[in-house]
Amino acid sequence: MRLRFWFLLPTWVSMAALFAAPFLIVIAYSCLSRGVYGGIEAPWTAENYLRLFDPLYLTILLRSVFIASLATLLCFLSAFPAALFISRARHKNFYLQLVMLPFWTSFLVRTYAWIFLLRDTGLINTALEALGIIHSPLPLLYNDGAVLLGLVYGYLPFMVLPIYATLERLDPALFEAAADLGAGPAATVFRVIAPLSRPGIAAGSILVFIPCLGAYLTPDLLGGGRTVLIGNLVQNQFTTARDWPFGSAVSILLMALVTLVVWQYLRRADEPGL
Amino acid sequence: MRRWLGVYTAAFFGFLHVPLITLSVFSFNSSRFTVWEHFSLEWYRTVFRDPQLIEGLWNSIVIAFAATAISVVMGTLCAYGLWKQKSRLLTGGLYLSLVTPEIVTGVSLLALFQWTFRWFGWQLGLYTVILAHVAFLMAYVVIVIAARFSTLPPSLEEAALDLGATEWDAFLHVMVPALAPGILAAALLALTVSFDDYVITSMVAGVDSETLPMVIYAMARRGASPAINAISALTTVFFGILIIVAARVRER
Repeated sequence: MRLRFWFLLPTWVSMAALFAAPFLIVIAYSCLSRGVYGGIEAPWTAENYLRLFDPLYLTILLRSVFIASLATLLCFLSAFPAALFISRARHKNFYLQLVMLPFWTSFLVRTYAWIFLLRDTGLINTALEALGIIHSPLPLLYNDGAVLLGLVYGYLPFMVLPIYATLERLDPALFEAAADLGAGPAATVFRVIAPLSRPGIAAGSILVFIPCLGAYLTPDLLGGGRTVLIGNLVQNQFTTARDWPFGSAVSILLMALVTLVVWQYLRRADEPGL
Repeated sequence: MRRWLGVYTAAFFGFLHVPLITLSVFSFNSSRFTVWEHFSLEWYRTVFRDPQLIEGLWNSIVIAFAATAISVVMGTLCAYGLWKQKSRLLTGGLYLSLVTPEIVTGVSLLALFQWTFRWFGWQLGLYTVILAHVAFLMAYVVIVIAARFSTLPPSLEEAALDLGATEWDAFLHVMVPALAPGILAAALLALTVSFDDYVITSMVAGVDSETLPMVIYAMARRGASPAINAISALTTVFFGILIIVAARVRER
C-alpha cells in the first residue's frame, strides 16, 4: 500500500464517520415519522417536507433570507468605505490587525456586549436617562433590529478583508487616470473602483450571508426568542419540540440553500468579469 | 473626500471596538448597575469562586486541547497527502463541512451519536464533544497547513529522498520541521475556535460536560450581570495573548 494512502486515511475515516454518516442519518430521519413520545418511526413519508410549505414555516424561511440579505447589505455599505481607506493608508497592517482583533475574540462575548449596551438598564439607556433625553428606557433589545445589529457586528470583518484584498491590488494609476479624465471623487468610486472590486464584494457577501442565514446564537440572545430564524427552528425541533424528522427536513432545506448559494458563487467566480 | 473617509473609518473602528472596551471597563465597577461607582475587583472574585464556571473552564480546556491535538495530527498528515496527490472529493468535503451552518452540524452529530447509542449503552459526555470538535476543526487545520505546504519547494522532499531517507523519514524529519510555523498557527486557530464554540457543543454535550461558553450562555440568557463582564474581559485578554503568540510564530 502506498504511504500517501495512510496519510489520508485518518481524515477519510473522520469525514466519513463524522460528516457524511451524520448527514445521511439526517436525510433518512427527514423521510420518517415522529413517534408519540418523540421517537423516530416508520412509515417513510414526504410529510415533513410538505410541512415546510405551511405559511408559518414559509414565513420563517423568507424572514431568514431577508434578514441575512439585509445584514449582508449593511455589512457591505459599512465595510466598503473603511476597506477603501485602509487600502490607501500608510499603516495598512496596523489597521488590518484592528479589523481582525474582534474576529479573534469570542463570538459569544461580542454578542453579550450588545446585551450589556442595549438592555433596559444597559449603558445606552442609562446614559440617555442620566442626560435627561429620555425618561423611560427605549426598547432597544429583543427585537429584529438588535438581531440585525448583532449579525452585522459579528461578521463585519469577513466583509472588510476580501474587499480590502481586491482594492489593494488596484493600480494607483487608475485613480489618477479617472481624475485626469474629469471624474470627481464620487464618480471615481462608483464608476471605477466599485466595479473593479466586484470579486472582493462577492466573496465578502458569501462569507457574511452564509453564517447569517444559519445563525442561531445571535437571534436567540438578542432577539430574546421573539426573532425565530431557520437556525432557531432547527434547534427547537431537536430539543423542546422533539420532532426530529421535521427538524431534519428543515436542516436539509438549510443545507440545500447554503450549497445552492456557494455553487452559484463558484460557478460565476470562474467567469471573467467577476 | 479623503478626510471624510478618515473620519468614517475612525467611527467604523469605534463601532468595532468600543462595545468590548466599555464591557471590560464596567467589569471593574463595584455596582451591579450600569452606573459607575468606584473601582473594584469584586466581580472577578465572584467569577473565581463560582464552581460552575471553574468546572466549565476546566471542561473547555480539556476539550480544546484534546480536539486540537487530534485534529492537528490528522490534519498535518492529510495536508501532506493532499500535497502529494490531490483529491477533489476530500477537499470538497472539507470545504463543505466549513460552510455547513453550525446548528446543522450540531443536530446531525447529535443524531449520529443517539443512533449509535441504540447499540451501545453509552451516553453523551466529554468524548462526544471532543469528537464533534475534531469534526469541525479538520477543515480549518487542513486549510491552514496546506497553505504552508504550497510555499515549500517540491525539491525539499526530493532532496531528502535522494539522500536515502524513506518517505516516512522525509516527512517526519524534513517536512514537519519545515511546516512547524504552519502547524503551530493551525493549532492556535483550532484552540480558539474550539474554546469559543457554543452552538455545536450545546447539542452534543452531556450533563457532566458543560463548557465555559455554555455556562456564560446560560447566564447571559438570564440577563446581564457584571460577572459576565468580568469573564468576557478575561476571555478577551486570553484570546489577545493567543493572537500575539500566533503573530510572533508566523513572523518566524
